[in-house]
Amino acid sequence: MAKITFVQPGGASQTVEAREGDSIMQTALAHSIDGIFAECGGAMMCATCHCYIDDDRTGAASEGEQDMLECAEDEVRDTSRLSCQITVTEGLDGLIVHLPVPVE
Amino acid sequence: MIGQIVIVGAGQGGFQAAASLRQEGYDGRIILIGEEPEAPYQRPPLSKAYMKTGDAGQLALRPAAFYDTNAIELRKGTRVDAIDRRAQRIQIGDEDLAYDHLILATGTRNMRPPIAGLENTRDLRTLADAAALRDALARAERIGVIGGGFIGLEFAAVARAAGHHVTVAEAGARLMGRAVSSQMSDRFAQKHGEMGTDIRLASPVAAVTPDGMTLADGTQIPADFVLLAAGVVPNVELALDAGLDVDNGIVVGNTLLTSDPSISALGDCACFPDPATGRLVRLESVQAATDHARLLAKRLVTGDQSAYRAVPWFWSDQSDWKLQIAGLAEATDAAETLTDGTVLRLKGDQVTAVETVNNARAHMRTRKAMGQGSILTKEDFVSAQV
Repeated sequence: MAKITFVQPGGASQTVEAREGDSIMQTALAHSIDGIFAECGGAMMCATCHCYIDDDRTGAASEGEQDMLECAEDEVRDTSRLSCQITVTEGLDGLIVHLPVPVE
Repeated sequence: MIGQIVIVGAGQGGFQAAASLRQEGYDGRIILIGEEPEAPYQRPPLSKAYMKTGDAGQLALRPAAFYDTNAIELRKGTRVDAIDRRAQRIQIGDEDLAYDHLILATGTRNMRPPIAGLENTRDLRTLADAAALRDALARAERIGVIGGGFIGLEFAAVARAAGHHVTVAEAGARLMGRAVSSQMSDRFAQKHGEMGTDIRLASPVAAVTPDGMTLADGTQIPADFVLLAAGVVPNVELALDAGLDVDNGIVVGNTLLTSDPSISALGDCACFPDPATGRLVRLESVQAATDHARLLAKRLVTGDQSAYRAVPWFWSDQSDWKLQIAGLAEATDAAETLTDGTVLRLKGDQVTAVETVNNARAHMRTRKAMGQGSILTKEDFVSAQV
């Protein structure tokens, strides 16, 4: 188990116990975190599980992930990631995930 | 606000409608009815990741607690028998259930072409099908596949990678004929051929036995089992019996309302006006199911009568190739291959769809531009790479 904290754009945060082997996206869905839609179910087809993570432990986004991120609906930053592409390990305990401001 | 919404069909579209109704702030009753024994799950991975790993734990769209938390009354393993439009009630066995608004998200079922011995084939549609198929795969050496569409080819790629002898018999002249250009069909035929899969085009299957399949030209293909992946038909019987307009799907207008103002339809079972051309289309995709569901939820909760205008997109994973399609081409649209392998579908000057392989950037840029209402031409791709 690893504790992951999701922070909404307004500052509200929720810390949850994530199951190892799940992705951050699945963790968010399992805890009904607002702002993660994950339309394609982790197939890297939709960029609707976009989040911001400023933490070296999650490694770098793959080229395919970067391509998808480039066209995410929300603001794209250097820390942008697709949460479906990050697998939870014990080593990620304490990870902080920021969610984007929703676009209309 | 509407008091009670009943959703028939608990696939991706039915699920999304329930979830979006709550997100939009609907506080009435939601009853989500599905025939399958599982809570709503993702179907696309069944022929892809799940077929490789067998990990069903990754498929659920939401954990079980989600339905309680959001007061969504999920009725699994439940079949709706009839709709009484006058009384605004649906019938489930001896029980009947009132609705203020009814959402039909009944999806599709496998097409069963008139082939002798079809009972000897396996399906790949539900989680139960996929689990049984994985078991069969573990014991099989030679596998036959009827149908060279997305599902048949995705399965063939997984089976071939696992070392099986795979023969795909496609009745049409090319692979994925309804979905992509002939150029793209040819590339995939070559890819599967290089993987060692035996692709038989223009080869309808005449008969299936426990020992394999026989092609129309008499060729015998020995197989330990045969997968039927010859496409799907929409589940329209409920709508048809209730007197709703049906035409290759439940006919809806551009707000997804059927010919009855208290009944909407969405996803794979719905036949709706294509925003780009106005022609009635029925799409088999996660994208249409979820985008339909969100538009519909918004209309029901807020009264917003905006027309549906989402850009269609599709994908298929076959071996290490990810095929992505943005937009929707008609069969008669021209096709032109660019130097990077991207295929543009064209109606005159205008790009109607873009087919790419392992090129998420071009795919996403196309979707974004189309979504913003831009008219794309060939020049946009050749000069600016969109």
